[in-house]
Amino acid sequence: MDLLINEKRYTVDANSNESLLNILREKLDLTGSKYGCGEGSCGACTVLINGKATRSCITMAGTVGEKKITTIEGLADEKNLHPVQNALLEADAFQCAYCAPGMVMSAVSLLKSNARPSEADIVRAMQGNICRCGTYPRIVKAIQNASNQ
Amino acid sequence: MHKKIKDITLAPEQYELHAEPSYQFGMNRRKFFSVLGSGIAISFTVVNSIRAELIDNKDTKDSEDLISAWIHVGETGLVTVYTGKAEVGQNIRTSLAQIVADELDVPFNKIDMIMGDTALTPYDRGTFGSRSIPYMGPQLRKAAASAREYLIEMAAVELKTDRKSLQLKQGIIIDQKTKKSVAIGKLTAGKNLVKPINNAVVLKTVDQWTVTGKSVLKVNGEAFITGKHKYVSDMKLPDMLYGKILRAPSYGATPAEVDISAAKELKDVIVVHDGDFIGVAALTSKIASDAIKAIKVQWKTTPQTGRSEIFKYLKDKGSPSNRKDQKTTGNADEAFNKSDIKISQSFNIDYIAHAPLEPRAGVAQWIDDKLTVWTGTQRPFGVQEDLEKIFNIPKENIRVIMPDTGSGYGGKHTGEAGIEAARLAKEAKKAVKVVWSREEEFTWAYFRPAGVIDVKAGITKAGTLSAWEFHNYNSGGSGIETPYVVPNKLIEYHPSDSPLRQGSYRGLAAPANVFARECIMNDLAQAAKIEPLAFRLKNLKEQRMKAVLEAAAEKFGWSSKKASPNHGVGIACGDEKGSYVATCAEVLVDPAGEVSVTRVAVAFECGAIINPIHLENQIMGSVIQGMGGALFEWIDFKDGKIINPTFSSYRIPRFSDSPKLDVVMINRKDIPSLGAGETPILAIAPAIRNAIDDATGKKLYTLPMAPNGISL
Repeated sequence: MDLLINEKRYTVDANSNESLLNILREKLDLTGSKYGCGEGSCGACTVLINGKATRSCITMAGTVGEKKITTIEGLADEKNLHPVQNALLEADAFQCAYCAPGMVMSAVSLLKSNARPSEADIVRAMQGNICRCGTYPRIVKAIQNASNQ
Repeated sequence: MHKKIKDITLAPEQYELHAEPSYQFGMNRRKFFSVLGSGIAISFTVVNSIRAELIDNKDTKDSEDLISAWIHVGETGLVTVYTGKAEVGQNIRTSLAQIVADELDVPFNKIDMIMGDTALTPYDRGTFGSRSIPYMGPQLRKAAASAREYLIEMAAVELKTDRKSLQLKQGIIIDQKTKKSVAIGKLTAGKNLVKPINNAVVLKTVDQWTVTGKSVLKVNGEAFITGKHKYVSDMKLPDMLYGKILRAPSYGATPAEVDISAAKELKDVIVVHDGDFIGVAALTSKIASDAIKAIKVQWKTTPQTGRSEIFKYLKDKGSPSNRKDQKTTGNADEAFNKSDIKISQSFNIDYIAHAPLEPRAGVAQWIDDKLTVWTGTQRPFGVQEDLEKIFNIPKENIRVIMPDTGSGYGGKHTGEAGIEAARLAKEAKKAVKVVWSREEEFTWAYFRPAGVIDVKAGITKAGTLSAWEFHNYNSGGSGIETPYVVPNKLIEYHPSDSPLRQGSYRGLAAPANVFARECIMNDLAQAAKIEPLAFRLKNLKEQRMKAVLEAAAEKFGWSSKKASPNHGVGIACGDEKGSYVATCAEVLVDPAGEVSVTRVAVAFECGAIINPIHLENQIMGSVIQGMGGALFEWIDFKDGKIINPTFSSYRIPRFSDSPKLDVVMINRKDIPSLGAGETPILAIAPAIRNAIDDATGKKLYTLPMAPNGISL
């Protein structure tokens, strides 16, 4: 099976019903996307598929086809972090940070479709991402800061 | 001197609950013999800390009364700090590095923390009980100050000058007279500082702090935000296999007949059936799952107590309090009968799950008879001891490493996944990784204990507390003592028999005990027609508690309260482990009975503040996590099965639950710094409860209060 990940083409030995998350983590060593629940309800595994936040743990590899997959590893280039990452770092948002890659990907997806989200827009878009440490206020603030750049 | 260090770093937390390992292997317990050699060889590198490698840079650990056990100054001036504490998101890596940078006087970015590694760091009982700042902080400060003084002595010889004219600043020792200088790395040339820690060494005062007390950002934050940090669940060793464990269908079920033949026939699959343990290891996690499915087991089940009868069960099985857990003054019963206003009430507290976002994970590797286990545990040395018992090998042959982990909240005192991986790796003769599924984490980790709390309280007409009787069944003794002045009191904790595996939690039982107490305080104030803040202040002597109450009230605008229709406000306070919190909450209860917390102000005081930006994060996180246990988190179980072991069935606070949240941090520079991971969670639940009462007149006596809204 061929997958287009972070602008690179990968050929992987996988079943079409295997989860994209498992392929990323176990077969391609792209471990930035995290396992949190396996049912698409915590957002830790969020990647972008054609620019849209998608839960990779419930995305079957066979359904992706030629679509462009972006993982947290493909977001920043060598020198620069994505503005969302910078804003989260400046806000010192995270505690254990296990949710961080998924939060970043969901926020990037939101800002792609809505460059100036209101607080309510942010809450709605991020509702599927859990931070068990409860750092939500700082994440919201960081996304607002990133959107103002 | 040696003993004293042990005393402060190892004293057990009185009520800390360490869940016992949930299974025992029946493995052939032959003696393993240590092979003579050059220590544990670790060929694999993992992002543990600031640097991306973990190398065996110490052959043996130095005695804990020596500087070298804690601090090493490298040739380039890089300072390596060794502590058995574990980083689970409380950002203690940052705070402890700040303390050493300050006391030793080196640039903050020259500090490298090696944490929670049994081969490299001094023994540590575990990261719990808000102990890292009040105990490990001073320990490292003393070690750093001793190192500083010793380095200055060395510089005096090197520069042939009087030590009095020397000053250590930012890693350089300068002679004030001659302006000659020498870098500390040059002095040590990378050699260990094998000198005793001076317990009488003069430490910098709070006013002299330059790094401590400042908002230093999370160490290595970029590695987390880019997904580069390797949690244990992300690790991969050469030739590593993926392990899966066959779980019992319910609590109390044991395998009666086991047929592993079909699984064994699968290609490249290792099957281990050892006592009640049945697990597999395979090239991929998919193959491992298939192999588990191929194992046929007849289970023997035993009747299990369910959620529907849990509170009666816990109370019936409750044992008499032991003296240690009993606090008696005067005659509570007699005083209660004579009180002008009396309230007698029972509270039910459900089991809840810590639900760390990273489920338990462990990687194990045997090289000859030496075992290395990487696992996300709050007690790496405790896991080392468990492994010692289970595999019957000398502790020296076991290394447990704890890379920064995806949170714990008191829920990772154990090392199940690491132990399971070690058992499979032993058989497979290859490294094995075990990562628990969310369902496993919800089912086979341990829970915050359920409990019943009975309170009888009385006051005089004037609103002075006269009687206080408080019984906690099973949930625990932490925070059970009342901070209010009462002449007659009887306070008892009654351990009971828990049908579910239970253990520590953030603040242990204090969130439950403070909930019951602060609900009763609210109701007493109401019965006496006294404003609830004034009622609390009237019955308190502790100035620090009064200060947080007043600060929270002021920030919240408590005096100008009474909000719009369907809204209500509530206040509560609590203290634990020497720190103080007060919380004001405003709720909206819509006509359908749905509760939302619209606004919270919280004031917290934990002595001299080490890192304001991280302290504020702990306080906000505690409030938001506490809202879950307050309103909707509970474990449902029947016939030994957990009914809601998923994030779609066990509700956790999300973005939309987050209220407008104001934090007041009181910086008491005159009080030694204390931990902050637990106490800020205490007062949110009762503040919400009292606000619901204010909004609707409904008095709630359960945690959680409103898993399905409240019936109006």
